[in-house]
Amino acid sequence: MLHYLRAMLGIITRELWRFLSQRGRFLAALVRPLVWLFVFAAGFRSALGIAIIPPYETYIAYEVYITPGLIGMIQLFNGMQSSLSMVYDREMGSMRVLLVSPLPRWFLLVSKLLASTTVSIVQVFVFLVIAWWYGIEPPWQGYLWVLPALILSGLMLGALGMLLSSFINQLENFAGVMNFVIFPMFFLSSALYPLWKMLESSELLHNMAKYNPFTQAVELIRFALYGQLNENALLYTAVSLVIFLLLAIWGYNPSKGLMPRKRG
Amino acid sequence: MKPDFSREVDRVGLRVENLSYAFGKKTVLDAVSFHVEGGSCNILLGPNGAGKSTLFSLVTRLYASPDGRIEINGKDLRSHSYKALADLGVVFQQPTLDLDMTVIQNLRYHAALHGLSRQQTRLRVEQELERQGMFERGNEKIRQLNGGHRRRVEIARALLHQPSVLLLDEPTVGLDIASRQSIVEHIHQLAAEDNLAVLWATHLIDEVYDADQLIILHHGKMLAEGRVSELIEQHNTSNVSDLFQQLTATKVA
Repeated sequence: MLHYLRAMLGIITRELWRFLSQRGRFLAALVRPLVWLFVFAAGFRSALGIAIIPPYETYIAYEVYITPGLIGMIQLFNGMQSSLSMVYDREMGSMRVLLVSPLPRWFLLVSKLLASTTVSIVQVFVFLVIAWWYGIEPPWQGYLWVLPALILSGLMLGALGMLLSSFINQLENFAGVMNFVIFPMFFLSSALYPLWKMLESSELLHNMAKYNPFTQAVELIRFALYGQLNENALLYTAVSLVIFLLLAIWGYNPSKGLMPRKRG
Repeated sequence: MKPDFSREVDRVGLRVENLSYAFGKKTVLDAVSFHVEGGSCNILLGPNGAGKSTLFSLVTRLYASPDGRIEINGKDLRSHSYKALADLGVVFQQPTLDLDMTVIQNLRYHAALHGLSRQQTRLRVEQELERQGMFERGNEKIRQLNGGHRRRVEIARALLHQPSVLLLDEPTVGLDIASRQSIVEHIHQLAAEDNLAVLWATHLIDEVYDADQLIILHHGKMLAEGRVSELIEQHNTSNVSDLFQQLTATKVA
């Protein structure tokens, strides 16, 4: 039991260290959502009127609306990036070091997910501090409630990335998949515009967005940030997590063969 | 329970029995069997594509094979995976250290994966670094080390949890002659010192000592197994290079 705990802490510590020592990655992770917040949101605030929708109790500025979406974006990118690093690690070999440790593979993968989620949460809170300074001030309880929501959504998006990485053998292929996953997931969601707005333009798009796990993760975060629980989103995110995780663990099963298959 | 001492000797080290593996229809390993005893250096010699990497992936359980059996220190890799893996140290062919972390941080991470306590970790890291002559470099980042020193850190790491079997997958690739020689020597010394069962994959014939055990792998099949000096005598050749040429040539023709 102690062994499991030590290993998990070791994996998380390594991930945090790596993140903090790569200053470029830290900055990029932070600048991306901030550009959206400062530039995109500022430009769009006049173009989009947002009605009063839960969990908000008053009319809100567009910046306030997209903040949870940008939090989701941080976690989405982080999840995909850490799975990209898994593909990279696998080619470079440090994934082998991990998988050769004397622990069940599912446990190692879950620890790896927890580690990348921890990194994403650090990013999110730094982002929230800057957003607060910019005038986006959710109630203080929101900062507490959002934590469990972030853990769940981070794990879910990380598991999705891990699932993708288990089926991709080469780095080059990964870039393509990212384009086909990150962008549709992000734009076809409630991150940038509320779902009812989307309904006005297309019912199909609205439905696609509604069943997008990323939308549910964003809604979970949005409600939590205002001290509320969105049960539907919670359930949907949790179920997605379980499905993605099981598939990812299956994808990394040794009898299926993990490494690129053409090696001598 | 009556201990069976006659079997005990057979059980230590690494035992591979009747191991086969195929990628789809292509057989890459065909009924490979051998035994690596404690305290001995076993060189797995084979050209690229002989099946060395596949063999290593199977022994490290990155793949699992439905055929054959692998035992590490008497523990079956399929039924007692974690106990078996706990007794295995590996130096992979690809570099596997985190470049932006220090030597000690890299080793600590590995110690955590093997469940070592804080005290054990400190002690073992110190001991192994000392033994690899890397103690003073403990706080340097891997990025600052040259290839030979990085390899030494990887060897220290592989031995951190005191395994009884050590696998090395072409560990000298990309090193200069001096570093290569010193690593080859060092590994031979370790095998004797720790009673380690060493399995060393290489395609570089000059890394083989006369006293080593040799396993020659070609197109997934084992062509020869035995002590180098004996094999040379048996096949009437003058050195390992000729032996290797002769064996692989006859098989192809």
